[in-house]
Amino acid sequence: MEIPYTVEVRRDTGLINGKIGIWLFLASEVMLFGALFASYILIRTGSPSWPRGDTMLDVRLATFNTLVLISSSVTMVMAWASLMRHRFETFRMYMGATILLGLVFLIVKYFEYSAHIHEGAIPSTNNFLAIYYTLTGLHMLHVAGGMAVNAYFWGPGAKLWKTNPEWFTNRVEHSGLFWHFVDLVWIFLFPTLYLL
Amino acid sequence: MESTTTDHAADIDRHVRVYITVFASLMVLTLVTVGISRFHFPVPIAVTVALLVATIKGSLVACYFMHLISEKRLIVAILALTVFFFIALIALPVLTVHDGFWMRG
Repeated sequence: MEIPYTVEVRRDTGLINGKIGIWLFLASEVMLFGALFASYILIRTGSPSWPRGDTMLDVRLATFNTLVLISSSVTMVMAWASLMRHRFETFRMYMGATILLGLVFLIVKYFEYSAHIHEGAIPSTNNFLAIYYTLTGLHMLHVAGGMAVNAYFWGPGAKLWKTNPEWFTNRVEHSGLFWHFVDLVWIFLFPTLYLL
Repeated sequence: MESTTTDHAADIDRHVRVYITVFASLMVLTLVTVGISRFHFPVPIAVTVALLVATIKGSLVACYFMHLISEKRLIVAILALTVFFFIALIALPVLTVHDGFWMRG
């Protein structure tokens, strides 16, 4: 049985199903990170003292990672724009760049984590580090998940381009929406944890 | 038909120019965020400024990279509901500041 409304829009919503699906999923993600941000506020305001992020964390590495993630967002949207212009090879180049930038982000985060753990700064050390590891760890899982989906569309999933290019373009757009959301979360995590 | 294809290509080119502009703005705003943090303002001012810049950056990503600026009303409605509950969620711990003064009524 064919999956309905992958390309043609539903008359009642004016949208394809995948578009509504990914936005509903992102809405649930907003609440997931929202709960953790609320916990952060509760713990911070309830604490008699709170360290400034830049006294415990490496702001230069985090700034570099922010620029990397923003760059990956623009390569992602350029990958989608390439498909809209029927330039498959350009899509592959931009999507490959997006995956590599995601990998750079994770490698930098690995070095950050390693340095902290080497110094004995682990989640049980204090509340600041507990919430830091929780928020950044969950965010890293999202980066890894987004990379896996993007790698699928760069590799085996790209076969769909030959049989149904419009559907493939829509799928890339939806995976892009998730990737931009991951970027958006980091835009708020960066000042909250590293600069305040 | 050829004209439609040309229009479509021109439309995408315009989009791409917007993406590049937004990208440059996000880069500059990131450096602004880091620069401002070096002034070591009092916490309430630092939080307000940092979250204001982050909100501008987030809005640029959502509006242009995620195409919310031209999205259908149903999606905007879903997000408006999400924002409402998100604000309620964030407001809960804020209301408990000062030993639950606002919660006691």
